[in-house]
Amino acid sequence: MTARAALPSSPGLRQRLDALGTRHRSLTIILGMALVTALLPLIATLPPFSGFNKQIVWIDNFASAGVFILLALGLNVVVGMAGLLDLGYAAFFAIGAYAYAYGSSTFTDLSVPFWIMLPIGAVVAAIFGILLGAPTLRLRGDYLAIVTLGFGEIVPVVFRNASQWTNGTQGIAGIRRPAIPGVDCGSGGPLCFGAGSPLPYYIVMAILITTVLIVLYRLQDSRLGRSWQAIREDELAAASNGINTVTTKLLAFALGASVAGFAGVFSASKFINVTPEQFGFNVSFTVLAMVVLGGIGNMWGVAIGAFIIYMINSVLLKQLNAFFDTFRVPILSDIDFVQYQYLLYGLLLVAMMLTRPEGLFPNRRRAAELHVTDEPPGADVEGPDPSGPLGRGGT
Amino acid sequence: MTEPTALPGSTTPGSDPEVLLHARSITKRFGGLVAVNQAELVIPKGSITSLIGPNGAGKTTFFNVVAGILDPTEGQIVFRGRKMVARAERGWLEPFFWVGPAVVTGIVLLGLWALFASTNPEAGLLGAAVTLGVLVVGLLTGIVRPLWYDRLLDRAGVFKTARPNDMVRAGIGRTFQNIRLFQNMTAIENVLVGMHVKLHSNIVDAILSSRRQDREEAAARARSRELLALVGLQGRDEMTARNLPYGDQRRLEIARALASDPVLLLLDEPTAGMNPNETEEMKRLIAKLRADLGLTILLIEHDMRVVMGVSDRITVLDHGECIAEGTPEEVRANPRVIEAYLGVPAA
Repeated sequence: MTARAALPSSPGLRQRLDALGTRHRSLTIILGMALVTALLPLIATLPPFSGFNKQIVWIDNFASAGVFILLALGLNVVVGMAGLLDLGYAAFFAIGAYAYAYGSSTFTDLSVPFWIMLPIGAVVAAIFGILLGAPTLRLRGDYLAIVTLGFGEIVPVVFRNASQWTNGTQGIAGIRRPAIPGVDCGSGGPLCFGAGSPLPYYIVMAILITTVLIVLYRLQDSRLGRSWQAIREDELAAASNGINTVTTKLLAFALGASVAGFAGVFSASKFINVTPEQFGFNVSFTVLAMVVLGGIGNMWGVAIGAFIIYMINSVLLKQLNAFFDTFRVPILSDIDFVQYQYLLYGLLLVAMMLTRPEGLFPNRRRAAELHVTDEPPGADVEGPDPSGPLGRGGT
Repeated sequence: MTEPTALPGSTTPGSDPEVLLHARSITKRFGGLVAVNQAELVIPKGSITSLIGPNGAGKTTFFNVVAGILDPTEGQIVFRGRKMVARAERGWLEPFFWVGPAVVTGIVLLGLWALFASTNPEAGLLGAAVTLGVLVVGLLTGIVRPLWYDRLLDRAGVFKTARPNDMVRAGIGRTFQNIRLFQNMTAIENVLVGMHVKLHSNIVDAILSSRRQDREEAAARARSRELLALVGLQGRDEMTARNLPYGDQRRLEIARALASDPVLLLLDEPTAGMNPNETEEMKRLIAKLRADLGLTILLIEHDMRVVMGVSDRITVLDHGECIAEGTPEEVRANPRVIEAYLGVPAA
């Protein structure tokens, strides 16, 4: 808000753009995502990035980053919108992935098409979301976090130890890749999904993210979104205003989990094997860090935050050696950065949280909560807040 | 001291006013502490009833029992002729509703398996999974308590006490002693949350952004603005609740409580912390709510000018017990009330 106040000359265009974005939100999301989807592969060919990887590798990385964007968006429903701290979110990711592994692999000899497994995986994950949600309804904050943490540990352990059905630690391999009906992929082609042709994955992921964004934005602005927010602010007051807190919370868990289900199905179809190790606590934690760093409650922020963190963590930090070697920076080129990858990552998180606790792209309300003292009560008594109700997604 | 705007019959002594809410011998114990003891309260339709008493008399506890937030240890709340809050009755029957369908499914599937596929263990496993699923669905229904489930229980003679949201649906709106607005939401959003039970668009409407939802939302916003104007907050729709001045926050809470179109409005110390001017305005607002909206109001209040000024009936609580009940004049003259407030003169 302070940033807005410092730019008194720009409200006209800015506000009009905001208003347009709100009125035609779905269209804005589609256009924005299309633009980003088209530009990213081009950016990857530009000098600093092209030095790291080939374009095709970048596209592959982008598609993998998309999995984490989906996860962050889903977790944002639970943590950001409904205010329920969930530390076991990777469990739903695992359930989605295993659902696809069962539905379409040589392990079960089934081959349900990817496009049908997407909604099935989401529904299965949502059911488990409700199953987790039901026992935790009376818990809040720290206590809820501990129970969800437990659930997040149980699921991979079950997949690891029920080896009769899950093939244990080796996991399920031989998962079928998606295929577009009617396209013959005997000899490969631009429309074929494969390890060497990540472009279809990339585009499918972009479409998935767009859909999820549209749906979640609509939910956020609906009666249900208001209820989530009310519960986040004051559960007792919400109940005293007629909100069935039980149903509302369960819906938050279910919707959050279903997005993770999408991510799981996609991820299984891309890496064509699933093992319990892919879904450990570090995934839950990373996704939570993405949500917090991106700006809890602000969907664009969360998506961008997830993308940036994934890129930093799994691409840039690994490439630092190559980077400094190419430019022959004196001391830095002697350090093996791969060894210090997690150290740097941790330092980055600490620095971020100290300087911008509200995240890179804060939600208007969250920022206000964290900076109560910045803004004396009644500061904007004189007139409505210039950002108005429209500045929700603003940065 | 009778209000000129009183509804006909509601305050006439001797006539039998229609009873809106009847609290029958409510007792609430917290461990060894008896917060409310055998309290009785009758709220006639269209009246303004006040609940007064010294600090710690159990007024707010009583209020919370009426609003469905606390379960009473004994006694019951009858609202519009329906028992809403009381201890559960025949609660032991309820688990049968959760387990019953699963047991039936299990037996049927077991029978089918024995008849047709007893050589196939996988079919048995599937049957077990289906049975477990039905059991889980039953348990979840018990947790969520949808309307049809409550009706089903009702028919079986099982009584479960109402939750706060059930009370709102039944027609009771409330405010809190220490303001509990949704501080980071705007004024109009607060009122829209209050309108929750009046809106019917569901998750599918939201995802499809259906016409029905658009119409409903537009109507709800218009109605919210009306309510904000009614309590004197016109033009402040888009202000964050946190940034509103104290008196306006109290008004906003009333607007939010009104949004569910309640029949009975519970106001917990609506003038606490207000200056004489604001108090006077609040008094006018309370009288207006009854006159214009035909609301029945239950009031907890410390400010005697407000209590004596607007109430038709007053109930006095002390140490959790009702020590007096009557019109303002009667209560004012009651020696037990004077004793409770001022103490007994030294002999």
